Amino acid sequence: MSTLSRDDRLFARSRALQRQQTKVSYLFLLPALLFFFAFVIFPMGMGIYTSFFNYTMGSFDFIGFGNYAELMRDATFGRSVVNTLIIVVASVPLVGVFSLWVATLIYKMPVFSRSFYRGVFYLPVVMGSVPVVVVWKWVFNKYYGILNWLLKGLGVINTSINWLGDARYAIWCVLAILFTTSIGQPIVLYVASLGNVDHSQIEASEVDGASKWQTFLHVKWPSLLPTTLYVLVITTINSFQCFALIQLLTRGGPNGSTSTVMYYLYDTAFKLYRYGYANAMGVILAILIALFSALQFRIMRTDD
Amino acid sequence: MTSLAKRESRSPYAVIMGALLFVVALTFIFPFYWIITGSVKSTEELNAVVPVWLPAQVTGEHYERLFVEPALRWLLNSVLMSVLSMALVCAVASMAGYVLAKKRFPGRTAIFSLLVGAMALPKQVILIPLVRMMNTMGLYDTLWSVILPSVGWPFGIFLMKQFAEGIPGEMMEAARIDGAGEVRTFTSIVMPMIKPAFGALAIFTFISVWNDYTMQLVMLASRANLSISLGIATLQAEYSTNYGLLMAGATLGSVPIVLIFIFFQNTFTQGIALGAVKG
Repeated sequence: MSTLSRDDRLFARSRALQRQQTKVSYLFLLPALLFFFAFVIFPMGMGIYTSFFNYTMGSFDFIGFGNYAELMRDATFGRSVVNTLIIVVASVPLVGVFSLWVATLIYKMPVFSRSFYRGVFYLPVVMGSVPVVVVWKWVFNKYYGILNWLLKGLGVINTSINWLGDARYAIWCVLAILFTTSIGQPIVLYVASLGNVDHSQIEASEVDGASKWQTFLHVKWPSLLPTTLYVLVITTINSFQCFALIQLLTRGGPNGSTSTVMYYLYDTAFKLYRYGYANAMGVILAILIALFSALQFRIMRTDD
Repeated sequence: MTSLAKRESRSPYAVIMGALLFVVALTFIFPFYWIITGSVKSTEELNAVVPVWLPAQVTGEHYERLFVEPALRWLLNSVLMSVLSMALVCAVASMAGYVLAKKRFPGRTAIFSLLVGAMALPKQVILIPLVRMMNTMGLYDTLWSVILPSVGWPFGIFLMKQFAEGIPGEMMEAARIDGAGEVRTFTSIVMPMIKPAFGALAIFTFISVWNDYTMQLVMLASRANLSISLGIATLQAEYSTNYGLLMAGATLGSVPIVLIFIFFQNTFTQGIALGAVKG
């Protein structure tokens, strides 16, 4: 010890302090990391690993890319992918545009009205999928539903339509409900970020004689880009995972016309007990979501 | 208000937009209204060809029928699940968020990237392995099988880190000079500073666990162990056109959570807005 210089001793002390800080940090992180590795990372790894196995109630055999090859030939899977893409492509732009429209209308309102509208559009999210679907299923019912009564009264249709039992309409019913449960969060985010737009710039452009639309396009829109990107990405992820609505509303029917990848995955795993095959679908779904999100990042970046 | 803004707010365009917004808002309230009124209408009114907007007489028959089922038990299960998740998530996430924001240590960036990356992945990819795991652990068909995975999800850590970054370093320095240990610093300096985050995360977790139908569906099985959402879904599968019963169930399942939301709306919305502003 006595041979150490003063600098060495200081260095050793600060090293000891840093070690102690590291130890403390990891102790604070420990519970979170335990839960995270046990209930997110480990099952994720297992999901990928078992997607290469013929994994059912009774068997566990390595089959390489067998499940993936079978998926490529599986017509129901193909149809589920198409339905999922229809849902994503239809809902994402609609949710983005509609929530931005609502947000621009309400962000300057007095606190009470703003909270009222924000709350109303969040209502379907808060109520939860089950109450929402139970009531919509009644609204869509051919005989007892209010929708047929309303449309007949307005003269739009002459005979009652079996909305959920008709392959032509069922997926649009799913989309309508998905839409009502998807716009709550985007509106909250847009209202928050519109409130952060620099007001002196808006006033300056109005004084310069810019129209409302020009002001929006040149002053507000650029500062909304990060929020827009976030909204698009979360809506994409949510739409890709559309499951609860379908399981409760149509169970993928009629004739697979509303089956999505998530629904087919559930059916395969929990009705047919083909875990490996279902996990392969999960992996493909994850890849699709990653691709779409990356695409959105690219598009939004080049817009800049 | 400037004269410009006043003129604007009266323009026909603004009036039309305002009216349109109001009509759209009504269609968003309608399902909730239809659930509550439907739960107290008579069966004839429920099945009437011309919709009955308000019941002539309030009836409790559908609720009586509902409580033949273990509906209160389902409600209690949902409350227990949500409250336990809420407490665990807040405790675990605040500790982790604090050190990720305020401490410098090897592995910090790697851990944070891993947490953020995992959040971008679809939750459902892990669903099947989770069910198998819960089976092995003997937790399948218990409330813990829904609670534990909700604590593993990193959103809360993320939110807490955002808040904790705003704590001035001098305050923690001062606590250290006063001789406070790490735990004391955390409980007496950090926790009061991130109080708003606790509120936001608590409500966020409560609502998302209450409404996580997918997780409940794959984890819970026996009738007494269902959540209120899953209970109503089960009733729907069994009595698909008994609308009175279904609306009574939907009222029981949605009114408590909607009241909680209304009560804490501002805390909640500030929280999700902040969670989205990535640092």
